[in-house]
Amino acid sequence: MSSDFNVKRPGLELLSSQGLRLDGRRPNELRRIQCKLGVFTQPDGSAYIEQGNTKVLAAVYGPHQASKSKSLQDSVVINCQYSMATFSTGERKKRSGGRKSEAISMQLTQAITTAIKKELYPRSQIDVYLEVLQADGGAYSASVNAATLALIDAGIPMKAYLCSCTASIAWKDGKPEPLVDVSHVEESAGGSVLTVSSLPSINSVAWVDMSQRLHADYLSVVMKRAMQGCRDIEVILDKAVREHLGESWTMSDDAVAI
Amino acid sequence: MASHVKIRLASERVNHSVPTNRELPRFYTPGEVVTGMEDFMRGHGTYASDDCLKASVAGVMQKVNKLICVRPLKNRYVGEIGDVVVGRVLEVQQRRWKVETNSRLDSVLQLSSVNLPGGELRRRSAEDEQMMRKHLQEGDLISAEVQSVFSDGSLSLHTRSLKYGKLSQGILMKVFPSLIKRRKNHFHNLPCGISVIIGNNGFIWISPPEQNNLVEEEKDEIVNVEVQCISRSDRGTMARVRNCIAALVASKMLLDDTSIMFAYEESLKYDNVKELLDPEAMLDVAFLTQHRINNVMEE
Repeated sequence: MSSDFNVKRPGLELLSSQGLRLDGRRPNELRRIQCKLGVFTQPDGSAYIEQGNTKVLAAVYGPHQASKSKSLQDSVVINCQYSMATFSTGERKKRSGGRKSEAISMQLTQAITTAIKKELYPRSQIDVYLEVLQADGGAYSASVNAATLALIDAGIPMKAYLCSCTASIAWKDGKPEPLVDVSHVEESAGGSVLTVSSLPSINSVAWVDMSQRLHADYLSVVMKRAMQGCRDIEVILDKAVREHLGESWTMSDDAVAI
Repeated sequence: MASHVKIRLASERVNHSVPTNRELPRFYTPGEVVTGMEDFMRGHGTYASDDCLKASVAGVMQKVNKLICVRPLKNRYVGEIGDVVVGRVLEVQQRRWKVETNSRLDSVLQLSSVNLPGGELRRRSAEDEQMMRKHLQEGDLISAEVQSVFSDGSLSLHTRSLKYGKLSQGILMKVFPSLIKRRKNHFHNLPCGISVIIGNNGFIWISPPEQNNLVEEEKDEIVNVEVQCISRSDRGTMARVRNCIAALVASKMLLDDTSIMFAYEESLKYDNVKELLDPEAMLDVAFLTQHRINNVMEE
């Protein structure tokens, strides 16, 4: 392959000759996910998730009475606030707020709104706070997954699990090979990253974002891989929720016997 | 100043779950199919889609005849008529107070559903409306009963009994409502000389015993109970009761007068009340309480 070829295809060096990625994963392999529900006592629901080195904390307050100006007669208002800790990235950030966080907050609100059964809580509001403690690629995806766990912990009715996953494209022997759950190194190598938030069990997509241009021919393979990633994440989240229920359901089962 | 601070690694945290011999129920998680649609009724925590009944929360299924519900581990307080609640006044409005009761919408306490000085049949004049803030102002804590539930799920409260009204001195604890055991009586005078109001909404009020006598003397009035000095030993007992409840909550055990009293008695082996804040001590108290409850249930 000529060096000229290299320049045109930025994702080229992402796969080794054995077909492994920079951190040793296979193209269809997720990073290790560890999660915990109910990490705080003060909020109604909370969760912590680690996807590789990306670490996110989520807290949910509500549903509670919405302020008069915001309140909707027939559905719930979802207020999502995303912020990144100043120490979360390689280079220390000057301030944690900013326009980028606001934009991501809006996107998260959109994704979460599709999953919640909004009509059950008229005139109410649900607050979701997300804090990225360490960003190593896919902070948005990890935030969505953390928010899902926190909402479940708060007992808020949802249609299904809302899962999010990223995918990118790399080249192996001149053939496209989609990569799932993209890390920061792979993100910054220049390939375009597709982020998908979906409800895998009802086969619906909540939100899609593409960081750069991607040739339309490759979109379907990358999309497929991201959707498969969402399905895999759903299995992991479901397991975590069941484990949490099993640990916490010690005494309250008295009330079940009606 | 020497202070008692313990910082430990996350990996060394105490697991608060108390072992029980009961087997775990079947759990449902959001999006999971509970059953087909054939003549079942859709209850809380479920929704219908694709001819199936699916769960919308993570919890256990409850079936009453044809009605299927999924109950989550914790959620906001869902009020029922007759429940005893403890709440905090948020706002004073026209002829009513807005009260925070851990419900998904703020509750309402109408001026017409409180006892005013002068007896039951007193007319409520414009002056009473102007005097509302004298009775209850923003930030005051009250105990009340749920009078009715509005169509949107918000609660209407009343304090038309000597039991209810403004709370003056004591400790408020907030726990999640599913831990409260429904009982005939939610006002308890514990043998240790402390009165406890276990609100159905998960707010627990711990107060010194004298308060009750005062309320009786003053008869059907909500006026400011004179702030009085509480002895050191009473404060110690109140703090101990609070820490016992915290221990039970950490282990997700149901709260009622028996479990609190058992926990209190078990906690007496720790002389210093603040020792009960150690996770090990909390687990120990919860474990011993569970043991006693099991013994009582077997008898």
